[in-house]
Amino acid sequence: MSFFRAENLVKYFGGLAAVNNVSFEVHQGEIFGLIGPNGSGKTTTFNLISRYHRLTSGRVIFKGQEIQHLPTYKICRLGIGRTFQVVKPLRRMSVLDNVIVAAFARVNTMREARELALQTIEFCGLLPVQNLLAKSLPIAWRKRLEIARAMATRPSLLLLDETSAGLNPTELLQAIDLIKKIRDNGTTIIIIEHIMHVIMSISDRIHAINFGQTIAEGTPQEVAQNNAVIEAYLGTDYA
Amino acid sequence: MDVFWQTLVAGILKGGLYALIGIGMTLIMGVMGIINLAQGQLMMVSMYITYVLFSALRIDPYLSLIIAMPALFLLGVLIQKYLLNPLIKVDTILPHNQVLMTVGIGMVLTEVARFIFKSDYRSVSTTYSNETFFLGHISFSVALTVAFGIAVVFTLGMFWFLMKTDLGRSIRATAQDKEAATLMGVNTGRITVITFGLGSALAACAGTLLAPVFYIFPDIGAPFTSKAFVIVVLGGLGSTVGAIFGGLTLGIAESLGSTYLGMDYENIIGMVIFVAVLVFLPSGFKRLTKV
Amino acid sequence: MKKNLYPMIFLIALIVFPLVLRQEYYQHLIILFMMWVVIGSSWNLLAGYTGRVSFGHAAFFGSGAYAAGLLAYHYGISPWWGMATGGLLATAVAFPFGWITFRLHGAYFALATLALNEVLKDAAKIAEPLTNGMVGILIMPTFSSKLPYYYIILVMMVLTILCMRLTVRSKLGYYFVSIREDQDAAESMGINTTRYKMISLCIGTFWTGLAGAFYMNYMGFIDPSVVFSLQDLSIAAVLVGIVGGVGTIYGPAVGAFIMIAVQEFFRSGFFGLFKYFGDKTGSGAFTTLSEFVKSAHTLGFGLLVILVILLLPNGIVGDWTKIKTKLFRMKVTT
Repeated sequence: MSFFRAENLVKYFGGLAAVNNVSFEVHQGEIFGLIGPNGSGKTTTFNLISRYHRLTSGRVIFKGQEIQHLPTYKICRLGIGRTFQVVKPLRRMSVLDNVIVAAFARVNTMREARELALQTIEFCGLLPVQNLLAKSLPIAWRKRLEIARAMATRPSLLLLDETSAGLNPTELLQAIDLIKKIRDNGTTIIIIEHIMHVIMSISDRIHAINFGQTIAEGTPQEVAQNNAVIEAYLGTDYA
Repeated sequence: MDVFWQTLVAGILKGGLYALIGIGMTLIMGVMGIINLAQGQLMMVSMYITYVLFSALRIDPYLSLIIAMPALFLLGVLIQKYLLNPLIKVDTILPHNQVLMTVGIGMVLTEVARFIFKSDYRSVSTTYSNETFFLGHISFSVALTVAFGIAVVFTLGMFWFLMKTDLGRSIRATAQDKEAATLMGVNTGRITVITFGLGSALAACAGTLLAPVFYIFPDIGAPFTSKAFVIVVLGGLGSTVGAIFGGLTLGIAESLGSTYLGMDYENIIGMVIFVAVLVFLPSGFKRLTKV
Repeated sequence: MKKNLYPMIFLIALIVFPLVLRQEYYQHLIILFMMWVVIGSSWNLLAGYTGRVSFGHAAFFGSGAYAAGLLAYHYGISPWWGMATGGLLATAVAFPFGWITFRLHGAYFALATLALNEVLKDAAKIAEPLTNGMVGILIMPTFSSKLPYYYIILVMMVLTILCMRLTVRSKLGYYFVSIREDQDAAESMGINTTRYKMISLCIGTFWTGLAGAFYMNYMGFIDPSVVFSLQDLSIAAVLVGIVGGVGTIYGPAVGAFIMIAVQEFFRSGFFGLFKYFGDKTGSGAFTTLSEFVKSAHTLGFGLLVILVILLLPNGIVGDWTKIKTKLFRMKVTT
């Protein structure tokens, strides 16, 4: 039984195919990279998995169960957490309260939720800002809060959408460390990333899409040498 | 069968004027993203302006359009500039604070009217107020027919303005995407002010045209506000063409309802339509016409 | 414990109050005040905590009032039994309503509540065999003194506030606020947002319906234009919520106090000030003005709505620090 499988995902917006027949499989315990130029359909793929958009056709199978018809909140409860590319902090709640909300997905009492949230906050290195309002955080911390919130729902599969965009080099290193730490803790990760050296260095396998279609899949080295990928990123001249 | 046609005609005539109020509201909805719950009260103000001009100076209601519309345009501009635009920057937990503001404005307008004119029913009784003419067996109220004609002219004028002039294009651009419009050099702050002015002026037009046929009293605004918002929802939020269909639909439905079910049902029919639209056609006629 | 000090003092004051001050006029005002705390708090749970503004809370208040009134009127059932029914009927009205409207874009809910208010008002007017239409329903009051009513509504108010506090500080409250802040984020954290919005609506409307049923018992008379009033109930509920401060536990209490004060201020003609001047100077203008002021509390509400939204967007409790610093600065400069 495969851990996670997306089969022939298709999504049309009006007459436009945003995702067209994309299939991939993710193994338990790996970091799976999803790359592609702007507008190639990466975030849409995430939105299809967590069902912010309804699939036009295709199947999503998680731990042997078809989940494409389940509502978003149930997908979270099954163990798929996600972050948003455009961060969505609960602005007028403190960082701790943000994470407590997420923790309630797994526990019911205030005491347990607080405990779980504090653990997660410490794990993600958010302790120094735990009492600040989410709206007052700078972008690097907000990205981290997104991850902490997703982690507090205790996911076995985590979808990370551009968590290192807009970070400076130091913050970037910290972010990479955190992602590796999450994987080492036993959470499988699918990651969308624009910064090439980040994704190349942390992914076990990479899936490249362009114009909503698969163009390559393999280890980072294989994908980096793939003509279609180079063409998509740099133009035909370099291929 | 004559009764049916008679009812239909009355409904269409009334619907034309409803459409006028609806377009004003939908314009504001499109540009600001808020329902103006003072729309009917603005209309009420223009009715009183018409009444004063008529009773004090003997100015014909149709002539007083020239005064009432600019006056309400100005009132709308002031409201948007000093009461609504400042709210955009405000950080508050309260959702829809701009809509609530329009509710407050509506209340103040009504009460000020009550202060000046008392709660009495007033009328603008012109020579043609109760006059009718016949086409076949069907009677047409002169005042309503003329009002319908003028409403059509203003509606077409509004379309021409929105489609062909630079200002109109800027308004449509702001309605579609405020940020993009700002980047294209549209002064969206100014556009919202002008739009609210225009919306109020259209309400004024409808109010003045209705003055000869309706009794005028301070509380007449609220029911028209609810009619306008039923029209806007019916037409699809922000759709001008939708508002015209919405206005006509509501006018006809109300007429049919009051003829065949009884006068009491006139108001409830609008609300039933509203609920039905919410359930079955959440984006209104816009979904069907795509404009 | 210090946190609860002021509410406790306030509560004790309320318990003692009618024993000290025996004038029915003041008891009546405090009864209305407490009823408004109940309505305002329930509105606030929905609008302030869950971010779903109701413009037509009278729909639920009126449902509760009619449930109690009709049971007493048609079947002679004690209106105190009717009270529980009132809360339940209001919830029963709210349930299908929320089920339809919560699926739609946020603004629709606010507008739909307004429509619901109007529909129920018209329905109560038309269904004459059941409701007596515009004539309204008159029932015999249970008590001749105001004291029993006073303590009943006091208990109800305390229960409402306790209910709100428990809710807000539990999982429910956290879920409500997360829905207010960002519905998409809430869904991604495993929250069934439609379900929790429904829960918020049902809790809120239950208390409002209860308040409506209490009103029926207390006043002994209702008609559609009173209990389904857009201005005197729906807008007043919004006012109570925003003046005190949306999303705060004690905001509605502050708001209710101010609303009742403003209402009485106008109704009594600025506490008889104008009449006094009129008598003193013998000028007719003051007398006319006093007559006008007596009927102008709606104008006061309207102005209050505008001023509060403009100047105190988070209400007196929500913007308390802002108010304090402003006042403080003023003291320093003068």
